[in-house]
Amino acid sequence: MVGIVGYGAHIPRHRIKVEEIAKVWGADAPSYKKGLMLREKSVPTPDCDTITLSVEATKNALKRAGNLDPVEIGAIYIGSESHPYAVKPSGTVVAEAIGAVPDIHCADYEFACKAGSEAMFVALGLVKSGYIKYGLAIGGDTSQGAPGDALEYSASAGAAAFIMGSENVIAEALYTHSFMTDTPDFWRREYQFYPQHGGRFTGEPAYFKHTMGAANAIMEKSGMKPQDFAYVVFHQPNGKFPQRIGKMLGFTKEQIEPGWLSPTLGNTYSGASPIGLTATLDISKPGDTILMVSYGSGAGSDAFIWKVTERINDVRDRAVRTRKLLDENITYLDYGTYAKFRHKIRKND
Amino acid sequence: MRDVAVVGVGITKFGEIWEKSLRDIYVEAALAAIDDAGVDHLDSMTVGCMTGGLFIGQEHLGSLLADYLGQKNLAASRVESACASGGLAFRNAFIEVASGMSDIVMAGGVEKMTDIGGDGATYALAAAADQEYEVFNGATFPGLYALMAVAHMEKYGTTRDMLSAVAVKNHHNGSMNPYAQYPFKVTKEGVESSVMVASPLRILDCSPITDGAAAVILTTVDIAKKLGKPIIKIIGSGHATDMIALHSRDDITTLKATTVAAEKAFKMANKTIKDVDFAEVHDCFTIAEIIVTESMGLFAPGKGGEAALKGETSLEGSFPINTSGGLKSKGHPVGATGAAQIVEVVKQLRGEAENGRQLKTNPKVGMAQNMGGSGGSTLVHILEVD
Repeated sequence: MVGIVGYGAHIPRHRIKVEEIAKVWGADAPSYKKGLMLREKSVPTPDCDTITLSVEATKNALKRAGNLDPVEIGAIYIGSESHPYAVKPSGTVVAEAIGAVPDIHCADYEFACKAGSEAMFVALGLVKSGYIKYGLAIGGDTSQGAPGDALEYSASAGAAAFIMGSENVIAEALYTHSFMTDTPDFWRREYQFYPQHGGRFTGEPAYFKHTMGAANAIMEKSGMKPQDFAYVVFHQPNGKFPQRIGKMLGFTKEQIEPGWLSPTLGNTYSGASPIGLTATLDISKPGDTILMVSYGSGAGSDAFIWKVTERINDVRDRAVRTRKLLDENITYLDYGTYAKFRHKIRKND
Repeated sequence: MRDVAVVGVGITKFGEIWEKSLRDIYVEAALAAIDDAGVDHLDSMTVGCMTGGLFIGQEHLGSLLADYLGQKNLAASRVESACASGGLAFRNAFIEVASGMSDIVMAGGVEKMTDIGGDGATYALAAAADQEYEVFNGATFPGLYALMAVAHMEKYGTTRDMLSAVAVKNHHNGSMNPYAQYPFKVTKEGVESSVMVASPLRILDCSPITDGAAAVILTTVDIAKKLGKPIIKIIGSGHATDMIALHSRDDITTLKATTVAAEKAFKMANKTIKDVDFAEVHDCFTIAEIIVTESMGLFAPGKGGEAALKGETSLEGSFPINTSGGLKSKGHPVGATGAAQIVEVVKQLRGEAENGRQLKTNPKVGMAQNMGGSGGSTLVHILEVD
């Protein structure tokens, strides 16, 4: 049996409300709240980045993995589109911080918002092949959205970490399926501060087509139907898209609800569906099957079917639950402080 | 002048057609029109397109579209009169056949608007306003029509309810049009809680950005008889312009170019508005439909909104307006709109309108009003079952 042996998330405590952003740009807050089902988003502090988020999430994953010696982790993969360095891996820092060096393979991944699920797929594959005993996969971002752009209302921060292994499995990976085409809906070129996007083109031919493609293919492969799953987790660039794709595929609100965090979390890009999965595992019962489908612009989706084991009851409260991170101990920021935190204000050195 | 009839119509599904280019959608509509007419050749083709240059970086559309339609060496041209380009193409084709210069002419319209983002589309559309006096000062079309709406409300007491009635009616009609971009109904509450664009106009008062094409085949009535298709005669054609900038006009609660073009068309047809059974009009914004129905003489000045509210312009009303769903629900690929209006008028007169939106009154005379910019140009056509 191969699957998740430890999982954990991290979400910064700061939030900014849609109204606060809309006020600055003279935009219509109710239209974002209603149209995109967004209320607020998480904001990283000035000294928080994808690496620190990854370390925090990994610490929670290690707690749930029990007496796992970090040196037994044979690979570390971090998926993000906000790696702090353009050249120099994030994974080395995280591996060092958790004591997993030096006998470990490391790579940083990038595929817009599905880099995290890519890391999960590869770590899982290496464990299954027997190359490594444990593989650490992280999806996390301090997402970028240009000031005043629609993305600014959603681009947020958070990470989820998964340790893959074959002993003491919490959720077995039953099936995987990846679906990809060359669809340029969202991109950032070198030397650009912020990504650009194709507006409404990011919807139908991009998010919906690929999420649908991966979901339908993995259900066909497994012979499972929407009603066979306890829960489903989708990539969540806003509140609306995952609800709509869920409805299109025939899932109920109850199946989507536990992993649907975007209305108050925002879009954590590479962290989005992975963090959604952590929140879903937090409330799952042994025997539950969970469908997870990521989406990354460019564009593609990775789908996984997880089957939760008895072990969930032992481990879920060894680390903080994701919902608690999202709902408790929150500090709201005004736009000025948010702009400072996000390094949007230029100063003299 | 020879008698001229429309013998074939073709239209594409309107919407965000990301998987096809301008040439693809035009050819699709053109082939549908040729199939419908059953003609074996074209003598010429005139295509309305507002701004292929700004939307997709492509001009020289006469040659491009004749080429991709497989019509080597065809006399083909592109005409432009902003959002009235399709109507202008139809009028030019009509003149060409009526004059005896050509026997079988295709009039079409096309626009590919979604290959650029919202900012780019706003910039391209604003090219139909007065660039120096309006656009440089920040005006956009929603803004200009909002000024007209406010003035109309001030002068005549036109209300929010009346604007909403237009949107609700057109979406109701469009819900039965398989070619519509937004073939669904909206409610008064939905319209009135939709996003504000330019007060008092909300997003559901505005026509959308659309890809689409439409084409029709015109020929002489003599040839039409041989083709064995229902003969829909063009009995009136009117064309007028107005001051391009809103501030130059004496009265912004009326559309003078529409009044003049309609008068010309009625005079040619030897008919009055009372002889017409229904019309497709240029509802780029809900207020535009209200003002147009007044300006073309259907309702007294200031009474258009009330008529819409009372249902007089609904499918079952005394004078149905925009049975296709209008620009609001069917979509507004600017250069194609004038041609698409003719397609709907012909379908209604043939009794071929789809999905229950066919008028039950056995209509004999239909009208199309197509307008550019904030009313700086207008084409009016009257068609009759022969």
